[in-house]
Amino acid sequence: MTKKQKKTLVRILITGAVFAVLFVLEHAGAFASLPPLLTVWFYLAPYLLISYDVILKAVKNISHGTVFDENLLMLVATVAAFAVGEFSEALAVMLFYQVGELFQSYAVGKSRRSITDMLDIVPEYANIEADGQLTQVDPDEVAVGTEIVVLPGERIPLDGVVTDGSSFLDTKALTGEPVPRSVNAGDEIVSGCVNGAGTLRVRTTKAFENSTVTRILELVENAGNRKAKVENFITRFARVYTPFVTCCALLLAVIPPLFFGGAWTDWLRRACIFLVISCPCALVISVPLGFFGGIGASSRLGVLVKGSNFLEALSQTDTLVFDKTGTLTKGEFRVTAVCPESGSEAELLEFAALGEGFSTHPIAHSIREAYGKPADLSRVADVEEQPGLGIRAKIDGKPALLGSGRLLDAENVAYLENPAAGTVVYLAAEGRFLGSLVISDTAKPGAKEAVALAKRLGVSRTVMLTGDRRRAAEAAARELGVDEVRAELLPAGKVEAVESLLQAETGRGKLAYVGDGINDAPVLARADVGVAMGSMGSDAAIEAADIVILDDDLRKIPATVRIARRTMGIVRANIVLALAVKALVMVLGALGLANMWMAVFADVGVAILAILNSMRTLRLGKTE
Amino acid sequence: MTKKFKMQDLDCANCAAKMEMLIKKIPGVEDASMNFMMQKLTLTAPDDRFEEIVREAQKVCTKVDDGCLILR
Repeated sequence: MTKKQKKTLVRILITGAVFAVLFVLEHAGAFASLPPLLTVWFYLAPYLLISYDVILKAVKNISHGTVFDENLLMLVATVAAFAVGEFSEALAVMLFYQVGELFQSYAVGKSRRSITDMLDIVPEYANIEADGQLTQVDPDEVAVGTEIVVLPGERIPLDGVVTDGSSFLDTKALTGEPVPRSVNAGDEIVSGCVNGAGTLRVRTTKAFENSTVTRILELVENAGNRKAKVENFITRFARVYTPFVTCCALLLAVIPPLFFGGAWTDWLRRACIFLVISCPCALVISVPLGFFGGIGASSRLGVLVKGSNFLEALSQTDTLVFDKTGTLTKGEFRVTAVCPESGSEAELLEFAALGEGFSTHPIAHSIREAYGKPADLSRVADVEEQPGLGIRAKIDGKPALLGSGRLLDAENVAYLENPAAGTVVYLAAEGRFLGSLVISDTAKPGAKEAVALAKRLGVSRTVMLTGDRRRAAEAAARELGVDEVRAELLPAGKVEAVESLLQAETGRGKLAYVGDGINDAPVLARADVGVAMGSMGSDAAIEAADIVILDDDLRKIPATVRIARRTMGIVRANIVLALAVKALVMVLGALGLANMWMAVFADVGVAILAILNSMRTLRLGKTE
Repeated sequence: MTKKFKMQDLDCANCAAKMEMLIKKIPGVEDASMNFMMQKLTLTAPDDRFEEIVREAQKVCTKVDDGCLILR
């Protein structure tokens, strides 16, 4: 608690104690025989203690020309209550108002701290070696290209390239990924990660203000600046709410007694109830607090949401569009099937590795990788590579063919066609078909699960965009569970594809596009929500996207959608709760059925409930 | 130029929203955002009038909630 909060707490405790005593005395009938003009002083003393700052502020704000301000309204309400003889109510209203205010500032401070603690990734110093000694300097002062030393257990202060040493990096604070990443000389590393057991020498590639850690912090801090629709609605609502309720109170106090012969005290009392609930605090505070918590919970997962508006849009997403290569798939070609006609898979793979041993083609590379051992290339002779067709060679002196179906056709070798998607390499020796290999891009781990989870969350349309051939693309989509494919797209075609999908959107549904952020910035910008994957350290992606997933895990998309939905649910529940209770108390108050206590609950009680509810967002994602 | 300022004693969310609205109305202000949760004001205004506009913004803050300061 801050000093200011402690001071308020002391005032609340003293006033509370005095109030309790007065309350008991009053109900015991101790004041019954005293004239009200004497009794009022018993209440006025604690009232002044608890309300002096409110009075001061009200007076100051009036002098600045602010009329409808909560301090003044509270003051008017309580003074009016005194005037109609409701002393204990007047004191209670002010007391609970202060309790509410204190709780509010405490809760906000606590939420703020829990977010900043979570983002406690700012490195405090960098080590520079000079004359064999390490000196600690402010990372802000380290020029690009300087060599710095990162000792075991230290936080990487600046983005850079490892020049010497090897270690494991804990990237949990940035990406939420619990498995440490191995780094060696030549690897790029980003600031904010924690070094493991090895000492690293790093040549910095960015200044501190452009380093990943600084950018991430800035993003999360600024997220509150982009306000969600519901947030803007509440701000606009609050602007008319207070004047409206105040005017109602005024009319209520004046019209019935003046024209319909009502009792002044009775209607003044009813008007007071309106004034007490005239502050829209519960709404105005709980909405940004809820979004703040939701964005904080996402960043704990390693997902940066750049604004409340994007969290709101993500919660309404019903179309999810994925880029294929690099997003759903790894973009690396691998042998995914070995289909021998006779003999073992290992024999076939060895044969292929021998035949492709001299080739520099990417397919040859992936075959050698699948074989895993260096092939004995002395067994291979007379290699002849035919572009677009394949390889003719002699393996152990026997003529061998490795390549497309057309190559085998040309040699009149009969073969069994392999219907698999991807690139198929057919193998033959001495005119006899040996079998085939399938080489294709591999799906990212978790991609299939992520698509399934998204569908379960109610995403009705999943679409994959790719430049690949239709057949390969459709096979990949089937494997991953993606419903629709837009294949053979040129880079510009992706924007058009998203445009047409956006036009198909009806109602409140939103379209989210997930890409790797490397060459799809226009598409990221065009979609309702642009999500960039695996972009720790990629400036362009962080710039273009609305939501950035720092590591490569697609499953974080449905997880973030869930956080977004829960956040919106909590925010909406608060709005409904606050409005319903206030409206109810106002109606009852106007009819003369509500008392001051109910008004206090509608104001302070609802604010506290709404804040507690909003603070639940801070814990979202923790339990999953 | 866009600059961020820390706010002191920005106590109520409603005030923050009001201040943001009023600061945006100051002539010359290109954009303003009052972040209640982070207690920060982000202000975009032309370089040559920046100081003057910050002073105006402070006046607005005082008007809405006396005692609330823009720290610089």
